[in-house]
Amino acid sequence: MSLVDSPAPHKPGLEPTSETTARKGNISVRLRSSLQQLLAFGSLIVLVIFFGIMNSRFLLPTNLSDILLSTVVIGLLALGATFVIITGGIDLSVGTGMSLCSVMTGVVLSYLGLPLWMGVVGGILMGTVIGAINGFFISFLRIPPFIATLAMMLVAQGMALVVSGTKPIYFTSTPGFSNLALGKPIVGLVVPNAVFIFFAAAILAGIVMSKTLIGRYTFSIGSNEEATALSGINVRSWKLWIYTVAGAFTGLAGVIIAARLNSAQPGQGLGYELQAIAAVVIGGTSLAGGKGSIVGTVIGALIMSVLTNGLRIISVPQEWQNVAIGVVILVAVYLDMLRRKETAQ
Amino acid sequence: MTQQVPPLLAVRGVTKSFPGVRALHNMHLELRRGEVLALVGENGAGKSTLMKLLSGLYVPDHGSFDLDGKPFVSNGPKHAQELGISIIHQEFNLMPDLTVAQNIFIGREPRRFGLLSEHALNRKAQDLFDRMRLQLNPRESVGRLTVAKQQMVEIAKALSHDSKVIIMDEPTAALNDAEVATLHDLIRGFISLETGVIYISHRMDELKLISQRITVIRDGEYVDTVGTAETSMKEVISLMVGREVSGEQRPTAATAGARTDVVLSVEGLATKALLRDVGFDLHRGEILGFAGLMGAGRTEVARALVGADRATFGNLRVRGADVDIPNPAVAAKLGIGYLSEDRKHLGLMLERDVKENIMLSSLTENSAGGFIKEGALRRTAEEFSKKLRIKTPSVHQLARNLSGGNQQKIVIAKWLVKDCDILIFDEPTRGIDVGAKEEIYKLLDELAAGGKAIIMISSELPEVLRMSHRIAVMSEGRITGFLNNAEATQENIMELATRRISAIPGAVTA
Ligand SMILES: Nc1ncnc2c1ncn2[C@@H]1O[C@H](COP(=O)(O)OP(=O)(O)OP(=O)(O)O)[C@@H](O)[C@H]1O
Ligand SMILES: [Mg+2]
Repeated sequence: MSLVDSPAPHKPGLEPTSETTARKGNISVRLRSSLQQLLAFGSLIVLVIFFGIMNSRFLLPTNLSDILLSTVVIGLLALGATFVIITGGIDLSVGTGMSLCSVMTGVVLSYLGLPLWMGVVGGILMGTVIGAINGFFISFLRIPPFIATLAMMLVAQGMALVVSGTKPIYFTSTPGFSNLALGKPIVGLVVPNAVFIFFAAAILAGIVMSKTLIGRYTFSIGSNEEATALSGINVRSWKLWIYTVAGAFTGLAGVIIAARLNSAQPGQGLGYELQAIAAVVIGGTSLAGGKGSIVGTVIGALIMSVLTNGLRIISVPQEWQNVAIGVVILVAVYLDMLRRKETAQ
Repeated sequence: MTQQVPPLLAVRGVTKSFPGVRALHNMHLELRRGEVLALVGENGAGKSTLMKLLSGLYVPDHGSFDLDGKPFVSNGPKHAQELGISIIHQEFNLMPDLTVAQNIFIGREPRRFGLLSEHALNRKAQDLFDRMRLQLNPRESVGRLTVAKQQMVEIAKALSHDSKVIIMDEPTAALNDAEVATLHDLIRGFISLETGVIYISHRMDELKLISQRITVIRDGEYVDTVGTAETSMKEVISLMVGREVSGEQRPTAATAGARTDVVLSVEGLATKALLRDVGFDLHRGEILGFAGLMGAGRTEVARALVGADRATFGNLRVRGADVDIPNPAVAAKLGIGYLSEDRKHLGLMLERDVKENIMLSSLTENSAGGFIKEGALRRTAEEFSKKLRIKTPSVHQLARNLSGGNQQKIVIAKWLVKDCDILIFDEPTRGIDVGAKEEIYKLLDELAAGGKAIIMISSELPEVLRMSHRIAVMSEGRITGFLNNAEATQENIMELATRRISAIPGAVTA
């Protein structure tokens, strides 16, 4: 009974798209999206060259490796935040949530003395639980994301302090733990494990975003939530999943930062959430939802750490570094809007 | 003979109320196998509500539905789809940031090894379009399409399901005649002995073409069902509105004389994308109709005039003075009002009430020292709400809760209140019932007679013929000719509208 088997009589002016026009359209559509990323990447390269010229120490392998390492934690949080922000939501709980996950890893490894892998799993699981709770309140109880995750930010902060007794938890009983972040996987190369873990996580996030249902519905919900629901998509449960996935990245960030510092610092995460959001936004993801990319976020996170590191190396005082990053956020978002307008013409 | 066979779809005694509104009362209808049943009624009669009940978006207060003689309760759009009922909603329900293909196959994405395959998805969509003879690029993002093309995407989406019943809520409101014909062909292809279509429309002319029977609904109640062939549209209309409406007059004010005052003069208007050398004069008291096929550039002209898009003018004069209109605020200051064709996105604040929507662009006139005069706002809003017969319990109702046609009236009211000298109406009667259409026509006539200059863009030729003193016909971004009301016919308009300037076959696919 499929009507589409019987072709409609030919109508003048409505002839089917010819092969060539279709192909031309495709190329322009594809070009548009890659151009966007190319430009962001271009700004990153320009920054690197700029700092390299200002101070040659900037380009030393050890410094570049430092930059990469300092990208990891914010970058991981930003990966998760990208999902949430593309749905049109926001997650303020990733910073303190990360602390709670660190503490969880500490509990598993140092208090309970369980094997290393269980500590890793414990930390990530804690993150998914936080995410799932956020998701539940947001999608099923319809609490606005800003409020739900603001509450979670406070709860996670409090819980981290309560569980740890407000003191750092050291991983003295698990000597191999810090290798997870700082070990060098390739002999002779200065780049540590954490960086590889970050890029692996980014690739995974990229695949989830572009190749799986959860990624597709992330865009769909952010683009028009009502229409998505009317299309028969169970928006509530997908949203729950999206926040849960975002939480898993928070958990991973918690594990990595704990390994890097070889201790779980319960009071440290506050403020990371805003840096993560900044990275996402610099990477071209729209806070209005529906638009964004993982590649953009990775570049955004890199731009943030290149700036921080570069400004320090050229001896700009700490206070001014914040000012600079604030300005960069404005410029990046404004340029992105201009670009979109341009391509829309 | 069809007595024993149960109807394909039956609505039995359905009642639905909203706070302050009884949308449906003891409604019933039967859809037979193999037929297109038209459902007509005034704005706010309850048509869309019935469809939303069928799709499970609302739960009826009383009554039941049968499919194939068996009662069913749908608990959501997905469930309805599984039962074989597809619905094209009146307001667009697309995800603007997703591509055409992604929109159509949402929820049914082809996957390989658990991962989405964009390639297979686009292939599937292209196959569908090829068979439907639709001119759409699967990879284009929907937000970049025109309203008409978006409607085509909606239709393709509904048709791509293996449905028994398709319900279309004003599918042609945004389409021109050629596109309507394409849609009708698609519907005829869909209809078989096992399928049926419920077709909601305010365009009386097309009911004759596509439907076998017509069910009329008034104020939420069933009125009658008539055979299309045996009934005149005049009878249908009087069933709908419960009184006689004079259907097809020609313009009352075809006073072509005394048009000396040029209030708007446009020369050499061009845009990067489409428009080339567009020029015309608009006079005081004149209604200048713009006709043309979809994509001819009529909306682009309007948007350029109010500064909504970047454009270059050879010369632009308002009331004799050279002007530059960089943005809509400047246009408003110059007394140019634009009623957009895409009301849901560009014309309405759905979450605000009727009063606020109507008064939005007249707040400065209704405030003192920065304070808003609430009383004046309410009174004016009520006055215009009454004038346009907006069906709402009060002006404090949220715009979201009004029926589609009544939302359209709000947008019109907004620009009427604003009291602009130059009014641009882009598809002013889309989705508006015949009774209210008459009111709007009358209003436009009055406005013109009172000295306003009006540009009216419309895809409905009878409307253009009926309203305009002069008609500008566009094709492929240029004006291909002007016709005076006296000499204009559907035929010579179409001839101008299909005239190809580029003359390279298939080269232009705007
Ligand atoms: N969610 C709601 N809350 C309150 N009132 C509503 C709601 N939905 C619909 N209504 C009211 O119910 C009545 C019927 O609306 P409906 O949308 O079914 O009309 P319609 O026949 O589709 O009209 P149109 O031709 O303008 O689309 C209207 O008076 C409308 O204002
Ligand atoms: Mg309706």
